[in-house]
Amino acid sequence: MGGKTLTRADLAEAVYRKVGLSRTESAELVEAVLDEICEAIVRGETVKLSSFATFHVRDKNERIGRNPKTGEEVPILPRRVMTFKASNVLKSRILRTHQNSKDKAAK
Amino acid sequence: MIKSELVQIIATRNPHLFLRDVENIVSAIFDEITDALADGNRVELRGFGAFSVKNRPARTGRNPRTGDSVEVEEKWVPFFKTGKELRERLNAGK
Repeated sequence: MGGKTLTRADLAEAVYRKVGLSRTESAELVEAVLDEICEAIVRGETVKLSSFATFHVRDKNERIGRNPKTGEEVPILPRRVMTFKASNVLKSRILRTHQNSKDKAAK
Repeated sequence: MIKSELVQIIATRNPHLFLRDVENIVSAIFDEITDALADGNRVELRGFGAFSVKNRPARTGRNPRTGDSVEVEEKWVPFFKTGKELRERLNAGK
């Protein structure tokens, strides 16, 4: 079970395997897909990828934070953050496989 | 933006591909991320963010309405951390 880190190269390899484009073009398309999602998010749009997840942009107000080391108060400026909400399909898939592998390990 | 709109944009920019191919490309990407997370792997996409799975140990929770205690089972949940570049782009020009 796991412990590996996948990167763009692994996604490009999956596209190459499943769609049958050249490796170069597969890599370019992975990049294009990620770019379009980024652009939409930066424009403030919500990106909904059904059966995967939703990316949302939220506006945060200014608040007073504290440097945990010195206890000093510092203002945290208003900013925009991106939130990720996994779909139920993704959540239950992860839960199921992790539970199964744990049950197997217990045997 | 929803998945079909994303597919449409990519298809318009790549007129040599069939719409069906673009649908398969987009599915292949997100299926691969899903499979990786299900296998307990991480997916790190520089400039975008990193997907991982977090373990939530079993705990005793409470029904907020009745105050009854309930045993909550151990869980594994998908987690995403926004990449540095995207975080900066979200706040550029402020």
